[in-house]
Amino acid sequence: MNGLWMILSAAGLMMASGFPAGFGSRQSAAAQRLAAVLMVLGSLTGLSGLAVALFSSGLCAISLPWHLPWGSFSVGLDALSAVFLIPVFIVPALGSVYGLGYWRQTEHLDNGRGLSLFYGLLAGAMVMVVIARDSVLLLIFWEIMALSAFFLAATENEKPEVRLAGWIYLVATHTGTICLLALFALLRQVSGSFTLYAFDAGSLTAGIAATLFILTVIGFGFKAGIMPLHVWLPGAHANAPSHVSAVMSGVMLKMGVYGILRMLTLLPATEMWNGELLLGLGAVTGILGIAFAIGQSDIKRLLAYSSIENIGIITMGIGLAMMGRVLHRVDFILLGLGGALLHVWNHSLFKSLLFLNSGAIMHAVHTRDMNRMGGLAKFMPRTAGLFLLGAVAICGLPPLNGFVSEWLIYLGLFQSVNAGNGMPWPAIGIGAVALALIGALALACFVKIYSTVFLGQPRFASHASPHDPQPFMHYPMFLLAAGCVVLGILPQVGLPLIQQAAAQWMDPAMQENPLPVSLAPVQWISGAALVLIVVSGIAVTIIRKNIRRQPAVSIGTWSCGYAQPTPRMQYTATSFGEMLVKRFSWALRPRTRQPVITEPFPSKSGFSTTVPDTVLDRIVLPFVRYAGHRMMKLRLLQQGRISIYLLYILIILLFLLCWESLGIGR
Amino acid sequence: MHSLLNALLVVVLALNLFALGTSRIITVIKVVSLQGLLLGVMPLLIEEHLALAAVSASAAAILLKGLVIPTMLLRAMRDVQIKREMEPLIGFLPSMLLGALATGFALLFATALPLASEHTTPLLVPAALATIFAGFILLTTRAKAITQIMGYLVLENGIYIFGMLLVGAMPLVVELGALLDLFVAIFVICIMVNHINQTFSSLDTRRLAALKE
Repeated sequence: MNGLWMILSAAGLMMASGFPAGFGSRQSAAAQRLAAVLMVLGSLTGLSGLAVALFSSGLCAISLPWHLPWGSFSVGLDALSAVFLIPVFIVPALGSVYGLGYWRQTEHLDNGRGLSLFYGLLAGAMVMVVIARDSVLLLIFWEIMALSAFFLAATENEKPEVRLAGWIYLVATHTGTICLLALFALLRQVSGSFTLYAFDAGSLTAGIAATLFILTVIGFGFKAGIMPLHVWLPGAHANAPSHVSAVMSGVMLKMGVYGILRMLTLLPATEMWNGELLLGLGAVTGILGIAFAIGQSDIKRLLAYSSIENIGIITMGIGLAMMGRVLHRVDFILLGLGGALLHVWNHSLFKSLLFLNSGAIMHAVHTRDMNRMGGLAKFMPRTAGLFLLGAVAICGLPPLNGFVSEWLIYLGLFQSVNAGNGMPWPAIGIGAVALALIGALALACFVKIYSTVFLGQPRFASHASPHDPQPFMHYPMFLLAAGCVVLGILPQVGLPLIQQAAAQWMDPAMQENPLPVSLAPVQWISGAALVLIVVSGIAVTIIRKNIRRQPAVSIGTWSCGYAQPTPRMQYTATSFGEMLVKRFSWALRPRTRQPVITEPFPSKSGFSTTVPDTVLDRIVLPFVRYAGHRMMKLRLLQQGRISIYLLYILIILLFLLCWESLGIGR
Repeated sequence: MHSLLNALLVVVLALNLFALGTSRIITVIKVVSLQGLLLGVMPLLIEEHLALAAVSASAAAILLKGLVIPTMLLRAMRDVQIKREMEPLIGFLPSMLLGALATGFALLFATALPLASEHTTPLLVPAALATIFAGFILLTTRAKAITQIMGYLVLENGIYIFGMLLVGAMPLVVELGALLDLFVAIFVICIMVNHINQTFSSLDTRRLAALKE
């Protein structure tokens, strides 16, 4: 009981953290520091509350008086909520400390205070979303979260591209909310109340269950960024300040995943196609997400697409677990859901690390375009090291954390190969192959980003010499990196909680069955990881010794055998990904503008290529433009004159008066 | 008591028409502040015995509607240096006629409403409706921001008259809260008026259409 109260007060602290800054002066750095202190305080309160709640008793709930006509203020904590609360408490707090160096109030007079305000609101609202046990309460905080994220994504709203990304996000998130409204209304119809506790699902017809499932996937899928609902994601992530991108990608997307999991926990699992659909969606999201990532030259857009890919992996795990529920297979549930939940943690660690890192890079070179970077490892060795660590983790390579979660999902998919009975072939085929493909493409993607940004020579001379950022920006990254290492070597620390969460999807009878320890020999992971670290450590020392023996010669890398190489001749980010982009051109549809050479001495010309988002730029925006064109006449209603709008109100008022009192409606 | 109340309400209705028919903004402000004063007296007439609640509600209303808000508006007017509403959407005489028509409609309409018997005798309901309509006409037909504020005030006065029906039942806090809201709203609008004036060099709200996407 006490633990949940602490979590509630943590949510309050976080939501209030930006308010004092609003009363401070525009120039004062103290208010921003206070906001960061409050965020950290809230996060510590929340984490200790979580610890108290988990070690005292499993389930707890609070109901408070509520004056709205619908719903109730009821919050609760179970293992699933706890799994999602951990990143919610960790990442935003670290991000706010990072913001002290990255987005200094003294340098951002116009938007610094607004940023603090909405940042806190976003973090606190996410806490509430995760612990809400009433759909009305959940929706309220869902909206607070979505709107704060809108204001955060549009922080630099003086730039037109930022505004456009913000509007797209706003439209997307509200389309999702419409589905959620429909979902909760329908749920109220069938369950009789707005509470989010398990109800007697036996009365559901197949049609209603299917509708609920589809609404869940669409409504929460918009936030999670499942393809093709991801349209808002790259723009919003790329244009937000980096610590905001870190929170959005590392935590806010997971709220979509949480919503899907929470709803699926309530709904009955009898239909096989639910799991298959999720597995298929996950595979498509994963493969296309990382393929789009390879095509990007904007470092933050690339990371955003990579988030889509990771959501794909998580969705695949959920799909596998859904099948396990239908087939009553404990191993599918444990491995699939366990892998998905562990990946939620992992992704929130390494993606936040990478986004914070991209902020440090942008501070150093003042651009997001990777084609203009290069050779940064020499100037910012610590940043480069941390980025490498994050990249290794996100590619799912041992000995870091990304490997463990993907390995669990692999194991689950392999189990399904052995299973045979009732398992449709696509699940096996698509799942394992897709996951392998995703892993390989992710590796290619992060080799591209690391080599073009950190290796080689600077492609363009920058104004000032780039250097490692200041401590406020560094410490959060170190902590996140440490998290990646710990979860990679000792996944045992998190598994009990995740197993508890996964147990919610099992029948009571199934729960005594094998534990993941026997399914997934985690201690082997720790052992192998340590061996790997020791071996590579020894190898590195030997190689270094050998290098030291020879005199050092300073020459440019990537000179490709030219006699007079210039840094601009290096492979660019675009050329690095060109082959894979071509391979996926059926989905990516890159836009290339190249000269047609017809004469022996062609005049000066230009070449450019971009990979726009296919769904957004080729389907959604043209459709919206067409609809806007066709509905031009409706704009007559929007005159922009206050008095006309007031006239509308008067007309409606009169109409309602006549309707109700004179009994026209009756 | 009822006859006195009815007389006051008739004056309120006449003031509505006066406000609709004049072009001088200072006159409108004075008319509306007079209306506010009259409304402030009403709770004392409705309550049979003088309760603390009625007295304080009435005092607050008189203070805010009759004195503070008009002073703020007059000061805002002095700052932005305008005197007249030059180009209303429909002329002053037609809008006055429209107001009269709305008053007639309100009187007819109030008889058709299913009201509790104790509310039928005084003119409260028709006066409230007519005042709301007058406020709306001011709001929709005038272009200057400051005249639109007057519209809001008249509209609020109408709602206040409706509130008289419940003066016994409504807690004092609600009444005072509503007054405070009004005060803050006017305060904010006065600041906005200054800003509009600075940005557009005019108080014509039609210019605000330039802000639409």
